[in-house]
Amino acid sequence: MDFLTIKNLHHTYFTKTSATTALSDITLDVKEGEFISFLGPSGCGKTTLLSIIAGLINPTGGSVLLENQPIKTSQNDIGYMLQQDYLFPWKTIEQNILLGLKINGTLTPEKKENTSYLLKQMGLEHVRSSYPKQLSGGMRQRVALVRTLATEPKLLMLDEPFSALDFQTKLKLEDLVSNTLKNFNKTAILVTHDIGEAIAMSDRIILFSPSPGKVHKTFLVPDELKNLPPFKARNHSVYTELFQTIWKELESLDEK
Amino acid sequence: MTKNEIKSLHEQYLNKLRKEKRIVRFVQMLIFILFFGLWELASQQRWMDPLIFSSPTKIWELFIQKSVDGSLAANIGITVTETILGFLAGTILGTLLAALLWWSPILSKILDPFLVILNAMPKVALGPILIVAIGANMTSIVAMGTLVSVIITTIVVFTSFKEVDPNYTKVLQIFGATRTQSFKEAILPASFPTIISTLKVNVGLSWVGVIVGEFLTSSRGLGYMIIYGFQVFDFTLVFLSLLVIAVFATIMYQLVDLLEKKLIQD
Repeated sequence: MDFLTIKNLHHTYFTKTSATTALSDITLDVKEGEFISFLGPSGCGKTTLLSIIAGLINPTGGSVLLENQPIKTSQNDIGYMLQQDYLFPWKTIEQNILLGLKINGTLTPEKKENTSYLLKQMGLEHVRSSYPKQLSGGMRQRVALVRTLATEPKLLMLDEPFSALDFQTKLKLEDLVSNTLKNFNKTAILVTHDIGEAIAMSDRIILFSPSPGKVHKTFLVPDELKNLPPFKARNHSVYTELFQTIWKELESLDEK
Repeated sequence: MTKNEIKSLHEQYLNKLRKEKRIVRFVQMLIFILFFGLWELASQQRWMDPLIFSSPTKIWELFIQKSVDGSLAANIGITVTETILGFLAGTILGTLLAALLWWSPILSKILDPFLVILNAMPKVALGPILIVAIGANMTSIVAMGTLVSVIITTIVVFTSFKEVDPNYTKVLQIFGATRTQSFKEAILPASFPTIISTLKVNVGLSWVGVIVGEFLTSSRGLGYMIIYGFQVFDFTLVFLSLLVIAVFATIMYQLVDLLEKKLIQD
């Protein structure tokens, strides 16, 4: 049995003047503990798909099941990291990371302790009572990761979480996120338009083609890369090979 | 460049700033003194009719007299209380109404044209109706002070609620937040600066409402002093009231400004 099952998913956006189909006939499964990347040019409905999986949008057709159950936001099964950190500027770092627990009323001393420990692991213990604007971009995104993990979601979705960061910070964070998720044995979906990031971080890469968004092709990342941290994976010879294959596939999408 | 040179340049820069500040203060004082000096002189030399334009010394004498018998303080107390009440009620009601509109998008669509009409309408024109409906008392004056500010507050605050980055509510929705929780955790705190800045506008508007209200009905307060002075042709009294209003309206505005700086420092 699969952990996450998406079947014949279809979504169309309606406006007064048009009906735009963002996703058409998406079927895919994710196993527990797997790290998947959604790769594709802009306009292929990646963010729409994440919003549907998160239960924020009702699809016009098809179904999404997590452990054979329909998704409900109130159950906190899903964690979602956005492109920017969206830390609340009027809350301290501590209030920000405890937000999820506070919202769903599960803020027990034990969970609070766990969250503090997570913050410590991220090397951010000293900023606990600071405000977000006092932190650098990389630090803020790490705080956002703590906030997402605090509610202990079963499935983590990362919507281009590194795209607003400088390259050095991005590489460091990739290693940190990958390492953290492996330690907690979390299932994760990463949306990205960066081929290298997809290869370095994931177990499986799903390439989408645009208008309407469809699954174009699936690439399995070889075991020798899977077991390496992202930074080391980027220097492996197999990495370059896979990069070329996916690059050509993306080029062929453009020509269509 | 050596450290000392930088230090002396910095000193020069600070001197320039100080000099500029002195000039500004000096000219401000000059305008103030010239205004009252010329007024006094024009009145004594009969360049203008002292019966209509009074004079600073006469106003000062009346000020002392009315301060001693306590009637000025009583009138100030009444008007300032009415203004504060009207201004608080306008701001709070306006914010609550904005919250209601945010809560129900369909209601906001329904009420939109009515808000536009109410906003465009000169609220003081409703004065007589208020007095007939509520009675010629303090309540109708406070109601007037409220009425002039409530609609514009609603519109401004509602707009700022709508402009809060939807990604903040998205973060909360993923955590399973209800609409109430989204409002409390994201919409309201994010709009706080806008609400505070409407306070500043509302101070001015409430003064308008209260003074007009007192024109129409009251037997006490600064607005009443103006209208009474006008009726008995005592323009010294009118000018005294105007100066007192100017001073107190400025004080209230400065207090709100101070509050704003305190609350939005981070």
